[in-house]
Amino acid sequence: MISKKASSSIQALAAEAIPHDSPEAMEKDAAVSCSGLCRRFGGRWALSHVSLTAAYGAAFLVTGHNGSGKTTLFRVLATAIRSDRGRARIAGFDLGRERAHVRRHVTLMSHHSYLYEALTAYENLDLAARVAGESLAPFAIHALLDRVELDDRAHDFVAEFSAGMRKRLGLARALIRTTPVVLFDEPYGQLDPRGFALVDGVVDECRKRGAAVLLATHQIEHGRRICQEALVLARGRCVWRGRAADLPPLRLGHSQETEKEVS
Amino acid sequence: MRPWRAALRKELLLQWRTRAEVAAVFAFGAITLLLFSFAVGPAPQALRTYAGGFLWVGLLMASTLALAEGFHRETENQALEGLLLLSLKPHAIYYAKAVANWLQIGIVGAALLPEMIVLYDVPMPAPGRLLAVLVAGAAALAAPGTLYAAMTSQVRSRSTLLPLLLFPLVVPVLLAAVKATALAISGDIMREWSTWIGVLVMFNAIHWPLCGLLFAHVVEE
Amino acid sequence: MFQMRPLVTLIVSGALLLIIGSSIGLLAAPAERYMGDVQRIMYIHVPCAWMALLAFSYAFVSALFYLLYGGWRHDARLEAALEAGAIYSLLLCLQGALWAKPTWGVYWAWDPRLTTTAIMMFGFGGIIALRGFVREPTRRARWSAVAAIIAFVNVPLVYFSVRLWGSLHQLQSGPRSIAGPFLVPLGLNALGLVLLTSGLMGIRARAAWLRRERKMGPEAPDERRPLEPPVKESGGDA
Repeated sequence: MISKKASSSIQALAAEAIPHDSPEAMEKDAAVSCSGLCRRFGGRWALSHVSLTAAYGAAFLVTGHNGSGKTTLFRVLATAIRSDRGRARIAGFDLGRERAHVRRHVTLMSHHSYLYEALTAYENLDLAARVAGESLAPFAIHALLDRVELDDRAHDFVAEFSAGMRKRLGLARALIRTTPVVLFDEPYGQLDPRGFALVDGVVDECRKRGAAVLLATHQIEHGRRICQEALVLARGRCVWRGRAADLPPLRLGHSQETEKEVS
Repeated sequence: MRPWRAALRKELLLQWRTRAEVAAVFAFGAITLLLFSFAVGPAPQALRTYAGGFLWVGLLMASTLALAEGFHRETENQALEGLLLLSLKPHAIYYAKAVANWLQIGIVGAALLPEMIVLYDVPMPAPGRLLAVLVAGAAALAAPGTLYAAMTSQVRSRSTLLPLLLFPLVVPVLLAAVKATALAISGDIMREWSTWIGVLVMFNAIHWPLCGLLFAHVVEE
Repeated sequence: MFQMRPLVTLIVSGALLLIIGSSIGLLAAPAERYMGDVQRIMYIHVPCAWMALLAFSYAFVSALFYLLYGGWRHDARLEAALEAGAIYSLLLCLQGALWAKPTWGVYWAWDPRLTTTAIMMFGFGGIIALRGFVREPTRRARWSAVAAIIAFVNVPLVYFSVRLWGSLHQLQSGPRSIAGPFLVPLGLNALGLVLLTSGLMGIRARAAWLRRERKMGPEAPDERRPLEPPVKESGGDA
């Protein structure tokens, strides 16, 4: 069930929403451009005609309730799963036909940590770097670990890490490559205030080096401060799109107001 | 080539870290061999005759445990997907994992050999031939085993499904390895040993490329 | 896709042919000189064996097509072919045992063909089980296609190794050269079984297709579907 307050605000948004079934022209020189993306899981459409355009050097906020399709959208854009309909380009490469190229140009920080429990923090980063073909010098890996404040635990096994520490290590893992498109899926989850500042710093840094950052989060006020563009998803559909500063105050992510997951 | 080496390095490192598991798998195989002798009874002649069969059935059972465990590590934090998104090719992941499984099954099999010799009172066999059977047989179990473990690790009741899919498939491996082992033990009068090794080589020659080719369809969404 | 009427025609004509062929085989054709009436099981056993191989080949081709080109109809056909193949292998094993008892004195004599059939039955039956355990439709389709290809490619290896293994046991099924009077019922039954099975498999594939359709709903999301469950004006949650 969705509480009245939250849902009515979403519906109010939808009333003035852009017509999302008309696929807009895809811009070739955008970092991320997609039109009409749809993805189903069995009979349920988790993503339904989503279109967006994100520019290089900007941060793009994607928000919505749990189960609104944020993670599905990011997983489609990162080539973890395929879309059932629609087209998209990442850094100019077609998501359907040039998946190998897309993978080299996009980084996904997923809510899965992608870590091996039986390896240490250092070994996990070393492995990711080697696989990405960027084999980093030991000091570079230690610098990354230092950045996420885990250098003193570099040689501890991930199995002993807390949820927040895994999140930090996942962030460091996402920093190994410098891709033109970076996707952060719920980067703030389980992090303390210092961790929040850390993520903000990373987003800012990616932006400054010219990458397009897509940020999915419930922390709407926080996201509004660091992003330029924004998109609101509800039940897999885009219900609002525009400048982040114009985003009306939505009641999302506050404990008593939130939705229970419609499964 | 370098990403492939990185993947293989990871597999070997993981295997070294989880060597307690390999030891447990070996213990499982060892107790299976012991159980077989209980099933037959204290009949040295019968035990000697069927020693090769017991060894390979025990190793097959033990290897399904090892294969399933080996893939659990990849799926618990979706680490496999993480590697794919770093542009690691699926066949690189497959071959790294299959080689590691080959090594692990081979090690467990080699560790079971002395037990078989002592327990079943087997005359000292031709060591070169026995080793060749072990290497070829372990490779033949690892190739399809790695692929099916990738499927079943993500499914409920995986412990039933992996043997159900794998056992019918590896019947030729079992037949050939048992025969070749028996011939290595009892002496090869009819010169059949090379035929059975040929079956194992054939199985490997078909399944290593085929499973590597199909692995992408298993892990890529 | 999967029209009903031609399928029913196939089934009816196949069943008719089977009845005619079996009547000739059981009543009109002469008894075999050495094996006597027991041999008459051949009229259904041999066509069943062909059908099992045919069904598994069809499963293999469907699996290949699914992986190469996608398309749910290939998945539906794969499902039908797997089940048909598994049923025919089971029938083969039963018929083989029935024939072996009076002929060789045992139900199961490790005949290479029969042993291969039993292994095939378990191999393809395992894939049916896999389909039962995987809920996500695309994943189920891909995985069962992969497993079907591997299992099919493995069949010659199984047969070859079992024959090699069995030859050491001095057991081989006797060579059967087929003379004229036996050929008519055999041919009729074979043709009848092909028709009957194609019809039944078509209906099975259609059922698989329809079931997936019903479960998955339309091929595109419905834009008019309400965004949220309607909120009652009276205030309380629905």
